[in-house]
Amino acid sequence: MGKTLFDKIWDSHVITDLGNGFVLLHIDRLLLHDMSGGKSLKEAIEKGYPPSQPRLIYGTPDHTMSTKPGRTEHTHPPGLPLIKSMRETTSAYGIKLFDLGQDGQGIVHVMGPEQGLTLPGTTLVCGDSHTSTHGGLGALAFGIGSSELVHVIATQTMVQRKPKRMRASFEGKLLPGVTAKDMILHLIGELGTAAGTGFSVEYAGSAVRALPAEARLTLCNLTIEMGARTGMVAPDDTTYEYLNGRDYAPKGAMWDRAVAHWRTLPSDPDAEFDREHTIDMKNVAPQITWGTSPEHVIAVDRAIPDPGTGPEEKRGAWEAALKYQGLEPGKPIEGTKVDWVFIGSCTNSRLSDLRAAAEIVKGRHKAEHVTAWVVPGSVRIKSEAEAEGLDRVFTEAGFEWREPGCSMCLASNGERVPPGQRSVSTSNRNFVGRQGPGARTHLASPAMAAAAAIKGAIADVRKI
Amino acid sequence: MDKFTKVTGVAAPLMRQNVDTDLIIRIERLVDNVTREGLGPYAFEQIRFKPDGSEDPDCVFNQKPYRDAPIILSRENFGCGSSREGAVWALKGMGIKAVIAPYFGDIFNNNCFQNGLLPVALPIHEIEQLADEMKASPGNARVTVDLENCQVISPTGRTIPFQVDARRQHAMLNGLDDIALTMSRRDEIEAWQTSDKSARPWVWL
Repeated sequence: MGKTLFDKIWDSHVITDLGNGFVLLHIDRLLLHDMSGGKSLKEAIEKGYPPSQPRLIYGTPDHTMSTKPGRTEHTHPPGLPLIKSMRETTSAYGIKLFDLGQDGQGIVHVMGPEQGLTLPGTTLVCGDSHTSTHGGLGALAFGIGSSELVHVIATQTMVQRKPKRMRASFEGKLLPGVTAKDMILHLIGELGTAAGTGFSVEYAGSAVRALPAEARLTLCNLTIEMGARTGMVAPDDTTYEYLNGRDYAPKGAMWDRAVAHWRTLPSDPDAEFDREHTIDMKNVAPQITWGTSPEHVIAVDRAIPDPGTGPEEKRGAWEAALKYQGLEPGKPIEGTKVDWVFIGSCTNSRLSDLRAAAEIVKGRHKAEHVTAWVVPGSVRIKSEAEAEGLDRVFTEAGFEWREPGCSMCLASNGERVPPGQRSVSTSNRNFVGRQGPGARTHLASPAMAAAAAIKGAIADVRKI
Repeated sequence: MDKFTKVTGVAAPLMRQNVDTDLIIRIERLVDNVTREGLGPYAFEQIRFKPDGSEDPDCVFNQKPYRDAPIILSRENFGCGSSREGAVWALKGMGIKAVIAPYFGDIFNNNCFQNGLLPVALPIHEIEQLADEMKASPGNARVTVDLENCQVISPTGRTIPFQVDARRQHAMLNGLDDIALTMSRRDEIEAWQTSDKSARPWVWL
């Protein structure tokens, strides 16, 4: 029987079988950010376990740094001790830190692919659940907790149990207004937030093959929102074109050797999956979430669901979500007044995302009552966008053009949607209080978020 | 790591699905200079407290028999979402020793086993019955979670078995963490790395 992409990478990284279903797995890349990077390095060192492979560890501050234009590490003082500790601990062991203001700094899941640190066939971990993003380039990537982080620092390995395999195949062409974000939200809506628990997911099918590399990163980013830690897309020519020439990607003859290896990675035709799910792209429209879980999602032209007609076991959750969100069942979601628009996060802050939003915004102006932010994913994306004039498209339309970081996706740097206010956000979680206590979040694609800013309400991007 | 063998006490029914780690602990509490042990007062703050800071009497953790419960009963997908280990520290900080739910977020589940907090997976009908038995005898009912024998004992004395990985059970019962065990395999790790450096030199920067 053939092997899946996941099994090929997993099996080749097993150092030893520990019994009872557990193995010791080699980790090729450890990425650190400011929330847990400095603290975990310090903990490992204090326990007597200095980094065993510092050249496989890379860091950048993103979570607690202000994204205010002209920011410094002092702009949001609570983040200062975290960045200082990250600097001290990384420099003591020669770990590369893409520091504030330097080329390379950005959201950790933007930085890895952008720098060519994320490579097909590698194992990559980070103390963040959206580490699944890196699977878009064919890496086996997953988020871990702080204790596991210390284990990786100390040993460059993890004690892991192999998950089951799921394949989600998207077949057909993307309809107008539909993006990778809509594909993954649609899938989560169909399967629910826990369908992937205990699984690794491979995204396949003609629609995925046709996606550019950045869109594949978006697709894999939300894998954890259906419960799976790992989501991946098999590497192909699109992947290699994206990676070729990037700072840390192999060069010359080494590049050719790497590509030859990567071409052996895709799942064999007779590989078996524990679960298969197929999505017909004809059924995928631009999506918007209505509730407080990513599975609370509908096509933008649909009505807000009625808990009375929903599945019985979800009735209570739906009622609570509608109450928190201040929404009435049965009404169209389109036209719901919006106060904030956030374009950014490890889901949707790459150059292609900013271009898609700018295309909607160009020549228009945001609604007066809306506060609209654009937070590029990295220093490099910011400067590339500025070279194309995207910053002016946004600022002329009344948007704020900010510095790179996680910002209002999780509000860990104090940048919050005020209580009771409604936001359309290109981020990944619409949990209660995620964007600030009492904030009401609707997840959508960058173009949909841009459309909401222009209309001042949830809008159907296809009508703009 | 703290050992876990057995706990007997009140089980608080937080009967909702998808209790995410953002709900368990807000991210800014992990930015502020709060120690791991000091996170307890902030656990579930969004449902324990009203916006004015007063206790919300509707929240189970503010209701008399459940206030200091060492066990939580919940519905599907407890601990989903963010990987923040602070969620486990906050639960421990509020005195929680075990959480019983049909299943857990994968990363949260792993984080629990790194900290001596036991996640127990039981079918939802068993959890609903445990919640009913708790409510039927408020103030007196107690649940026991016994890791050595892998069983939960309900307030009425029913014994409900649960499953746990033998490796993790052993580590929890003895308070072992993985690092020391892995360090003892240093030679195997280095041998793997040496061989990988010639097979995939581009990975080794």
